[in-house]
Amino acid sequence: MTRSPPLSISAWTATSALGRGRDAHARALIEGRSGLAQRQFETCTLDCWIGEVAGLGEPLGGALAPWDCRNHRLAQLALAQDDFAASVARARGRYGNSRIGVFMGTSTSGIHQAELAYRQREANRLPASFDHRRTSCTYSIADFVRTSLGLEGTSVAISTACSSSAKVFGSARRAMQAGFCDAALVGGVDSLCLTTLHGFHSLQLVSREACRPADAARDGISIGEAAGFVLLERGAAELALLGDGESSDAYHMSAPEPNGRGAAQAMCAALRRARLDPKQIDYVNLHGTATRANDAAEDKAVCSVLGADTPVSSTKGWTGHTLGAAGILEAVISLLCVERGLLPRSLNTRTLDPALRANVLRVSRTAPVDRVMSNSFGFGGSNCSLILGRP
Amino acid sequence: MTAYLEAVGLVAPGLPAWEEARTIMAMQHPPAPQSPGCTPPQPQLLPANERRRAPLSVLMALQAAEDAMRRTSIAVADTPAVFASSDAAMAIIHRISSALAEPARIVSPTDFHNSVHNAAAGYWGIAARATQSATTLSAFDGTLAAGLRETFALLADGAPAVLLVLYDVPPPVPLYEKRPIETACGVALMLTGERVPGSVARLTLEEARAESTLTEPWLETLRRGNPAARALPLLSALARRSDQLIGLRAENGALLGIRIQCL
Repeated sequence: MTRSPPLSISAWTATSALGRGRDAHARALIEGRSGLAQRQFETCTLDCWIGEVAGLGEPLGGALAPWDCRNHRLAQLALAQDDFAASVARARGRYGNSRIGVFMGTSTSGIHQAELAYRQREANRLPASFDHRRTSCTYSIADFVRTSLGLEGTSVAISTACSSSAKVFGSARRAMQAGFCDAALVGGVDSLCLTTLHGFHSLQLVSREACRPADAARDGISIGEAAGFVLLERGAAELALLGDGESSDAYHMSAPEPNGRGAAQAMCAALRRARLDPKQIDYVNLHGTATRANDAAEDKAVCSVLGADTPVSSTKGWTGHTLGAAGILEAVISLLCVERGLLPRSLNTRTLDPALRANVLRVSRTAPVDRVMSNSFGFGGSNCSLILGRP
Repeated sequence: MTAYLEAVGLVAPGLPAWEEARTIMAMQHPPAPQSPGCTPPQPQLLPANERRRAPLSVLMALQAAEDAMRRTSIAVADTPAVFASSDAAMAIIHRISSALAEPARIVSPTDFHNSVHNAAAGYWGIAARATQSATTLSAFDGTLAAGLRETFALLADGAPAVLLVLYDVPPPVPLYEKRPIETACGVALMLTGERVPGSVARLTLEEARAESTLTEPWLETLRRGNPAARALPLLSALARRSDQLIGLRAENGALLGIRIQCL
């Protein structure tokens, strides 16, 4: 494994059920306010809690009108926060339109458009208004972000279920190293849809209450939606991508390897890439979905790699599991932890599962945080671990 | 940037495996297949029950990978993989969207876990006990170029070898009208960073001026009709042992040029 210098993070933002942008997320974390609510998405009548982003009712207009769908409304809303689009515009001035790569993670992209179109079938034809390429296919989110920001370089969608928008960091770093681009816009967007709500229900992985990571009585996920973006550049900055590691479980399509072998492999790879000792990790933002299997396997991985002292928590109790956007959302939360010295507690954990050995944060606190590890694991056994913080 | 091609796997209508395809594509006038369709392959990598339930996209990806495995000397279990597919399993999206349009809204759990874009990579990992990183990406009609970029970047990052698997299949009606992928195709390329005893070609990224096409009409139809089949000019050059500069259209309209030198 080659050592690559840390990549600087020159702009970053996220929008989720906690609100729009970094301040809204920091405020919610400090105030102990979850974004989850017991409500119904669209026509879905399943009894569950969801992390819905408010204000997605307004269609995209102007040149972006052909791209209008829930996923891209969410993307556009997020791009408008924290001076992000303006930062990219300035970077365009530095690098040129064609030298900033776009790497977007998504699991379901605009699949909700297909769900709506199928309801409107006539004589087994989809409505003329349904635009698979611009509003529904996997790549559409990368193409939309590229179009919205006026970028003309390489662009790609990474779609590895719930690790998608963590893995974009590795792809972007390698692409910059290989010279395919000089800077990279990484991120991810996944929005609520019936496929994931009903799909996770069919696997009996959705809790009827707000998800309870690390709780002895945890019984599944709460689904959320989010968009997040990070601008990666070479050179020094206050915050950086320090390391990334990826692995495959090679075990099961929809269940983690019970001993956390693949998760530990990704975490070790990230530490090696960052040239960091396990003791130098100040906090781990867990994947922590609140399924029985995930939290148990991840705990084993964390304890085997970092020991049982490092403070850890899942922030899924705050945001819900935002699936393909979880990697970027939790990368942004991790950066907030560093920037503002926050250690968020494991929200909704009422009785800590005695089988878990890691140091799960039960009370939020403020403390200097320099380096955070953020874990993301997906269906198909796709694992990614990131280390973010001060270089 | 330079990489070395060590093994090829292929499955497409009229090109059932690389060994046959190499002979067919080396001919002056390669004979067109009797039928434009493709019987679903039966990759032995998958256990019988999964072979039965897996979507065609997964079967095509694993068949191509299995074909490459027959020739490679690289330990696939220790090799990172890049899976590249524009649309993966649209048959599953069709089934789930159809079910969700019914009042009962019953989604099959198997359909749901097969609906993820990285289903093929997941099955591959399990079948080949491959525990290294596996990325699954999409860039619409530029998916091949995006897959090659990711593969070259992984090699430049220090991976000794990378398996690139490209696959796409025709969607069912009514999605077909919106995304007319004409035929099923799977391509697997085992690439290494350094020349190894089994290297069959040297691939170098260069500037290209035009997108490569194929002179044989049925092969050109195949190339145009499936994002994975955009790899055929590269494979045709290899079959004919003809050193060429291949131009591939990337997702942003630019050209990715690959010089192939047969070894």
